Amino acid sequence: MTRYLLRRVGFLALTVLLTSMLVFAVTQLLPGDPARIILGREAGPAALAQLREELGLDRSVPVQYLDWLGGFMTGDWGDSYGTGQAIRPLVTERLGNSLRLAGLTLLVAVPLALLLGIVAAVNAERWPDTLISVGSLAVVGLPEFVTGLVLIQLFSFQLGWLPANASIPAGTGFVAALPQLILPALTATLVMLAYVARLTRASVLEELQRPYVRTARLKGVTGRSVLLRHVLRNALLPAITVIAISFGWLISGLIVVENVFNYPGLGRLMTFAIDRRDLPLMQSITLVAVVAFALANLIADLLYAALDPRIRLS
Amino acid sequence: MSAERRGAGLEVEGLTVRYGDGPDAPAAIRDVDLQVAPGETVGLVGESGSGKTTLALAVLRALPEAGRVDGGRISLAGDDLLAMDARALRELWRHRIKLVPQNPLPSMNPAHTVGHQLAESLSPDRPGRADRERIDAMLDAVGLADPGRIRRSYPFELSGGQQQRVMIAMALLGEPELLVMDEPTTNLDVTTEAAILELVRGLVRGSDTAVLYVSHSLGVVSQLCDRVEVLYAGELVECAPVDELYDAPRHPYTVGLLDSVPLLGRTKTDAPLRPIPGRIPDPTELPPGCVFAPRCPAAEEACRTARPALESAGPNRLVACRRWREIADGDVSARQPAPGHAEEALEVAAGDAPALSAIGIEKRFETRRGLMDRLRGREAGAVKALRGVDLEVRQGRTLGLVGESGSGKSTLARAVIGLEPASDGTFELLGVPLTRRLERRDREVIRRLQMVFQSSDEALNPHRSVGATLRRPFMHLAGLDRAEADRRVARLLESVNLTADYAARMPDQLSGGEKQRVTVARAFASDPELILFDESVSGLDVSVQASLLNLLDELQRERHASYLFISHDLAVVAHLADDVAVLYLGQVMESGPAGTVLAPPYHPYTEALLAAVPRIDPHVAAARPPLEGEVPSPRDVPPGCPFATRCPRVLGAVCHDEPPPVTVDEDGRHRIRCHIPRDELLELQEPLVERVAT
Repeated sequence: MTRYLLRRVGFLALTVLLTSMLVFAVTQLLPGDPARIILGREAGPAALAQLREELGLDRSVPVQYLDWLGGFMTGDWGDSYGTGQAIRPLVTERLGNSLRLAGLTLLVAVPLALLLGIVAAVNAERWPDTLISVGSLAVVGLPEFVTGLVLIQLFSFQLGWLPANASIPAGTGFVAALPQLILPALTATLVMLAYVARLTRASVLEELQRPYVRTARLKGVTGRSVLLRHVLRNALLPAITVIAISFGWLISGLIVVENVFNYPGLGRLMTFAIDRRDLPLMQSITLVAVVAFALANLIADLLYAALDPRIRLS
Repeated sequence: MSAERRGAGLEVEGLTVRYGDGPDAPAAIRDVDLQVAPGETVGLVGESGSGKTTLALAVLRALPEAGRVDGGRISLAGDDLLAMDARALRELWRHRIKLVPQNPLPSMNPAHTVGHQLAESLSPDRPGRADRERIDAMLDAVGLADPGRIRRSYPFELSGGQQQRVMIAMALLGEPELLVMDEPTTNLDVTTEAAILELVRGLVRGSDTAVLYVSHSLGVVSQLCDRVEVLYAGELVECAPVDELYDAPRHPYTVGLLDSVPLLGRTKTDAPLRPIPGRIPDPTELPPGCVFAPRCPAAEEACRTARPALESAGPNRLVACRRWREIADGDVSARQPAPGHAEEALEVAAGDAPALSAIGIEKRFETRRGLMDRLRGREAGAVKALRGVDLEVRQGRTLGLVGESGSGKSTLARAVIGLEPASDGTFELLGVPLTRRLERRDREVIRRLQMVFQSSDEALNPHRSVGATLRRPFMHLAGLDRAEADRRVARLLESVNLTADYAARMPDQLSGGEKQRVTVARAFASDPELILFDESVSGLDVSVQASLLNLLDELQRERHASYLFISHDLAVVAHLADDVAVLYLGQVMESGPAGTVLAPPYHPYTEALLAAVPRIDPHVAAARPPLEGEVPSPRDVPPGCPFATRCPRVLGAVCHDEPPPVTVDEDGRHRIRCHIPRDELLELQEPLVERVAT
């Protein structure tokens, strides 16, 4: 198990390192000269050259990369080109917001999706299955902004229960921010629900066909215990991987949802950075998102090993 | 429970099981009776499609969802099983009926320890509270030493034999009145099978458990059961005490089954197999009269119009054949005709090179070395799967290669064909050395060296018609045009006893036996000199296997091809092979002409393998206890004789420490690798089987 853990952590470090290179290389390829972006069209060649030197852009690309990576590791993420602010506090605050939203979404979506998937599988080809399949497919078919706007219309304008604007000020506690979080979290839940539920259904159905289920039934184990003690543990394995991937999406891919609700997450900060060609900000956000995604996958791998002795022991 | 109620055991009357809805849905079981008294072991025998598994599942009340009982009665100690609701069924399963399934590994939950799963059998609601001492006692009773370690293991950490012992322990913990065993030894090595059968026999003897033993193997049934029921196409065709069934079968199907099985001590030349032609009818297209009539050598007009009644043919005997009296009196033969015997195989001139020689073949599998191992400077380990194998396949003859799983049989085949090239040593095809890797061999070599795999399902492309599959070697390897290739395909199909119209069929339209015929045809298409058969007739029904064995023999005579025939089934090898080699842990322990290898003096390993084969004769039993333990891992091969750890004739330190010498007989062809001199081995030899009272 220790061996397995060490291998997974080593693998994670390697992934992050390779992605950091990729991120850096891609941002280098983007059109536009950062010095020109910062100083504007009218700047003279001397001023541009001076700024390039100050930013270190006149050095070779590998040197720039090592400098950037070293800075990132030691906590100096540089300043934003657009606003001149230090990047680290900006990104960590937004990361905090994104993590809250992702956490709340997973807290709602995962149990709900598993439950729906299990209910659908146990009642396969009967009405609860049809209802769940049709319902979840209908919801997943809608684009996020439509789901979001419908929820706002219903819960904010018609019922007046929840705020439509989720722009929480910096420093707000989780509980205080909760009312603002609910609608964006619900929107994200509806998007990922169908996928996880259908996967769970398929995987439970597959496990129910396995001979060990018959063995358990023929021991006189009740149907409920067969499901809870035997089937679920094996059926959850594929779901874990998918949930880890959705976590990555929730951290940095929620651009549309964040925009609809005006939510200050990483996704919106990323659009801001792209709009302004703010390279250091883009790089930092991407790398942070990659690290978060890789950590989520590491947790998934460990959960997998905990549930499946064949991985743990061989 | 009163002794009186237990007295009745299992009673099945007029049982019909249909798959699907409606009164016309196909019936997999029709009007079948079955009794198993307490303390009795009844064998349920039949080929695939006979309905034996459906019957067993119906008795367990565990039919798949599509199956339903449509008439008949099942009772256990007088209690009507068909009237039981879900709660009553749970009680039935907990305490009264237990199943030992065919495949132990998938029948256990991979995520729970063996101990947990055993505990669940004892205490289905609260496995945590089960009586651990009782579990340990049971593990001990099924021959698993170190119960604590077994309990803490996960299923995949145990060997196949250990897994099946665990399943038996799981079943017996419930102290059932009825134990259903569904082919529990089918996928095990012959030595493991013998040990499991010995265990079952010991556990059942003297107990009042009724045992229903489902099997396709007439040998296993003859060694274990008191009474046998033979099923065919969903109907009971014969039922008799085991010795009467084997001594004097009355139903032509039973006769056909017995004539299809290769027997140790008989070979293709002195007793050709008599397979049953045709195939078992599907329940959707049953013949109007007797279900067996279309394949029966004794069928007359009346058989084809009216269904025969199940008649009493003596005490405890039932038979469903209108001509059973004539068969019993010998007025009519129920035997299938013996295949016409072609002339003897062409004599090979003494100077001719062997079709295939293996000279000092070694195969090492490097164990993977991770980054951490490299950083720590750890050397890559190597597993030696083959350790200096020398073999010869004579031209136009068959070399049979036997050994338990882990002996290296398949590794050798894959090395010959070049899929997993040998690490060292040379193969020569007709005296010409072969390039090791398949990719580097030229077409001519590939044409001359073909292979037939075990699973025809996996070896045939499901999206390609039989014709397209067979055409390829003609066009690709022989360079013929399409029209000529098609003509050759038609001829080839006829040579494997299929009609030319099979060319248009897809693999899923073929039965298992037909598929294997197509893979044999494909191997012969390029007119090869040598064909490798890796367990190619294993897993087929006996009648199908018999016709395939006859076909292989026939094709060899006609085409003068040489075979390397690998099988775990000693009786099959003994039937077909001219020469035999016995492999153990990657070394040839004994080799030579079949008649010499399979007769004394034996290598102690050959002797153990031969003793383990279940005899198709209830009057004899193995004369010695089955071989203990399992083949050691090739990672830690004993330094001396590889077989020393299990050898019943081990001499002492010399066997464990020094590699044994190879001795050769006067003819120079029979080789034994053993520390015991040949004449002493000969003196040590006792009969493999002994007569028993039945």
